[in-house]
Amino acid sequence: MLTSIKTNSLTNEGQKLGMMYFRVAIVLFGAQLLMGLIAAIQFIVPGFLFEVFDFSVARMVHINALVVWMLYAMIGSVYLMLTDETEHNIVAIGLGKLAFWVLTAAVAIVVLVYIFIQVGSGSESTIWFINEGREYLEAPRWADIGIVVVVLIFYWNVFATYMKGKKTGIMTVMVANLMALAGLYLAGMFFTDNISMDQYWWWWVIHLWVEATWEVFVGTLAAYALIKIIDAKREIVEMWLWIEVLMLFGSGILGLGHHYFWIGTPEYWWEIGALFSALEPVPLIAMFVHVLYDWGKEQGINGTKPAIKNGPAMAWLVTNAFGNFLGAGIWGFFHTLPQVNIYTHGSQFTAAHGHLAFFGAYATILIGMMYYGIQRSYGVERMKATFKSKMAIFLITFGVLGMAVALTIAGYEQVLVERAELGATWNAFFTAQNLPWYIQAQIWRTIMGVVTFVGFIYLVWDLVTIGKEAQKEEA
Amino acid sequence: MANENLSVWTSIPFWRRSAAWVTGFASILLIWLTFDTMRQISMGTDNDLKNGVTKRVPAPTVINYHIDYKMSQKRGHEVPVIGKKEPFFGKEWSPKEAKELLHLGKLTSQAKNCMNCHTLLGNGAYYAPDLTKAWLDPAWQKGGAMQAMTGKNTTEEAMAEFLQHPSKYPTHARMMPNLGITEKEAKGLVAFLKHMSSIDTNGFPRNFSKTVDQFKAGGTNAH
Repeated sequence: MLTSIKTNSLTNEGQKLGMMYFRVAIVLFGAQLLMGLIAAIQFIVPGFLFEVFDFSVARMVHINALVVWMLYAMIGSVYLMLTDETEHNIVAIGLGKLAFWVLTAAVAIVVLVYIFIQVGSGSESTIWFINEGREYLEAPRWADIGIVVVVLIFYWNVFATYMKGKKTGIMTVMVANLMALAGLYLAGMFFTDNISMDQYWWWWVIHLWVEATWEVFVGTLAAYALIKIIDAKREIVEMWLWIEVLMLFGSGILGLGHHYFWIGTPEYWWEIGALFSALEPVPLIAMFVHVLYDWGKEQGINGTKPAIKNGPAMAWLVTNAFGNFLGAGIWGFFHTLPQVNIYTHGSQFTAAHGHLAFFGAYATILIGMMYYGIQRSYGVERMKATFKSKMAIFLITFGVLGMAVALTIAGYEQVLVERAELGATWNAFFTAQNLPWYIQAQIWRTIMGVVTFVGFIYLVWDLVTIGKEAQKEEA
Repeated sequence: MANENLSVWTSIPFWRRSAAWVTGFASILLIWLTFDTMRQISMGTDNDLKNGVTKRVPAPTVINYHIDYKMSQKRGHEVPVIGKKEPFFGKEWSPKEAKELLHLGKLTSQAKNCMNCHTLLGNGAYYAPDLTKAWLDPAWQKGGAMQAMTGKNTTEEAMAEFLQHPSKYPTHARMMPNLGITEKEAKGLVAFLKHMSSIDTNGFPRNFSKTVDQFKAGGTNAH
């Protein structure tokens, strides 16, 4: 079915490779949603798949599929834009394709082991071959090393192509940022008995990915997409990009401190983490303003002719601009100050923020890039949103927003009852979990999860058909 | 903008340079703070414990001591207080033994994927209780519901028994699954939990000691 996401009109091998990454990404996205549904059901029906496919397994695959599909879509996006930007063919395309297959085989093995073997004995061999047991970075060590090798090949392709080709501002940011992004993964590849030390470095990977380098990555993608989709002026887009880099890294790097409030680390992180993480929403506002400003401006120049060359991609791009601000910015700011975070840390609040932020900041723009890739694959000038595109974006956005609101309500209840009132013990936890309002919120979360999944079905259906339809219409 | 710049605010080189400087400065500050934090959170030694030197993360032999969690008026939140010696699984553990036990416990906590249901130091999943101060939870103390349920006489034995056969001791409809934890691994996990409870987490989770005090006074904390 997915082969109908065709690449017939593509002559550039790098872009074909990009589309290969997109296909796997969309499959993993589906896996992520299915696992999420299982985990959500387990919150309301605790006996569901008990000791067969426990919450820990469903949740592990849920968050790993999330990270991996996003990395796939990110790599896919880079391969899609690389030749456009550098005006140079990719230097080692054969090696790049080999790396794709190696990575995909490794991901398949890791997921099968997660699902069928699940846990191992308390020994080094489990860490090496089954799972590392560290949230988001569960991939066993052998896979870690494999990922590093594959990423090095990918990075070589990006770096060497950039060095030989044209050096645009967008690609300069991309090349520098990808180096940081890839290098940070190494901080998560060691074992220590000291849990504080463990968590300190774990956050280097997680935070400096999602609140720094991934955000810059999104800024870079948005810059490229605006040029391609609405003919935004490169000078303006690139100037904004540098301002975004300044603000994102200026706030995000030291914003890392907001994860160091309670893990054994010194008190000075309270002030540093609070100040810099409180500034993190600022660049997200700027990015939103930037997208809308460029859109309005190009529309104004074009007059009556629509400025948008790819309807669904632009819709997802605007959803990204706002969703990033709302999910990462607002929902993050909710609980970033230590005075609040001492109660909210590790509660459903975090889950609410996690859902809305990963969706708003990353899923949206990556889906937009997939639509753009399809437009290129079918060689169509203008791709209008279909009914299915509209259903997909509406249902997915509504579903995720609904989940985030439900989890926020569950979070309020948990924070006030378990944390503030009862003091976070075993009994306090279960008392809060069993209150009717909490259960009600979890039921709504599950319903909204189903809505999201229906939206996903529309999305896949649209992705496999929209190119052909647009081609027919144009011909 | 291709012409002479009328203003520095619309100059790409200006913003590029600024971005580089700000990123570089933030990175250097982070690295510098990391060095200081590393120093402060590296594990203490057995001698620190003997001499009453307070470390944010004490030595593994902290399992030989009584641990409490008390309100500090000076700091405005609760802090772990390391008290007198007490036996752990009926004996005193040498520095080497304690280190090995903690190593086994930490490895097991990862191998069994604890973090994808529980939170440790508040990080992880939100399906099961936070384990940061689990060792101090009234439910596991003498007279507490969990200890009574397992029929054991000490906190460590009760916890180890539960970890080996969790679904034998259901407290709620939501239960912990059997993860094939051996007796040795269970002991390691309990050592890991006891050690974690001695870490200075700047008062997280807040109010925990309140319930402990209520419990000691014979009150009830949650029903």
